[in-house]
Amino acid sequence: MIVASADDAVAGIADGSTVLVGGFGRAGMPYGLIDALIRQGATGLTVVSNNAGNGDTGLAALLKAGRVAKVICSFPRQTDSYVFDQLYRAGQVELEVVPQGTLAERLRAAGAGIGAFFCPTGAGTLLAEGKESRTIDGRDHVLEYPIRGDVALIQAHRADGMGNLVYRKTARNFGPVMATAATTTIVEVGAVVEVGALDPEAVVTPGIYVDRVVNGSPA
Amino acid sequence: MNPDQLAARVARDIPPHSYVNLGIGLPTRVADHLNPESGVVLHTENGMLNMGPAATGDRIDPDLINAGKQPVTELPGAAYFHHADSFAMMRGGHLDVCVLGAFQVSATGDLANWSTGAPDAIPAVGGAMDLAIGARQVFVMMTLFDKRGRPKLVPSCTFPLTGAGCVSRVYTDVAVFDVGPEGAVIREAFDVPAEQIRDQLAATGLRVR
Repeated sequence: MIVASADDAVAGIADGSTVLVGGFGRAGMPYGLIDALIRQGATGLTVVSNNAGNGDTGLAALLKAGRVAKVICSFPRQTDSYVFDQLYRAGQVELEVVPQGTLAERLRAAGAGIGAFFCPTGAGTLLAEGKESRTIDGRDHVLEYPIRGDVALIQAHRADGMGNLVYRKTARNFGPVMATAATTTIVEVGAVVEVGALDPEAVVTPGIYVDRVVNGSPA
Repeated sequence: MNPDQLAARVARDIPPHSYVNLGIGLPTRVADHLNPESGVVLHTENGMLNMGPAATGDRIDPDLINAGKQPVTELPGAAYFHHADSFAMMRGGHLDVCVLGAFQVSATGDLANWSTGAPDAIPAVGGAMDLAIGARQVFVMMTLFDKRGRPKLVPSCTFPLTGAGCVSRVYTDVAVFDVGPEGAVIREAFDVPAEQIRDQLAATGLRVR
């Protein structure tokens, strides 16, 4: 469960994996794990994350290293997303744009064993083209499928030795749903505490969803 | 009406004790005009209720940001939750009002605010489509005409839709309109008489009552 380094935490991630990457902008971005993944060398990755990287660090660095074949995200275009922008315009990375809430719900569905769901978001828009639709209670819905990850890389505030997690403020964002949606969930935390030190009533992600924890990010 | 006056005008129409999401850009300014005693609770889709004003100086916390990724503060009674819950809150009809910016709104309440359809643009939608169909009332705040003088309130949107029939009211620099299945109606004209606004829009092909 608790591993010694970020390099140990990302060991074994295979080429072509689907990697769920937590964070909204920089908040909750598991920078230490992404840097370790760059060193680890896995390539041809599909990255699922809300954004497509900021500046030159984190997801942007993974993209810049040429390891990402496809990005599934809600909002790739930002003032400082120049790494993604260049790769996309050069045709070097594929993009699937998903409304933010649908992205979260598709991840949730994967973790909850739901086969697919009808969602009103995006009905009648370009993003619904080619998708099955149905009118339910007079409202148009679009059929959306789960997004499963081979690996989730997320950041949390504290973990105990059981892998129970608590988050901090809006850095929680995609962490709890991504933790449920991947075969292997890898977490970078501000501190690892003793079993029993987290209030069980306050645990956000129970350890059943967590595979590896590394004490890493500054907090 | 200038943007701040318009923000104040929108703020006056937000019912006390409602749960409200303010979109990125111009709508964010509505927060500056909400009376703290009104009990309005601001939602930010990255996972927080009872968001406070922008953070400055040593109150900046990189873990505490709004949907525009700007540092903000928390008010007493704030709550944090993950993204799936945050958007379930929208789709589930729990948010009373959201205020969004727009490129175009149709007389029947279609909204276009995520893409101008330019062929070289990188598509990016964020939470716009979820907000458009999720909140119980969707207000739009925009100028009535764009910088090139083209109307933004139109018979039908030419830009890609964010949501169909989702907008109920449009606050512009010139007038407030109700939009919906019955078409557009001037609810309040600011500096120019309603009849003159109707004539101006009729010349663009839009009938407004």
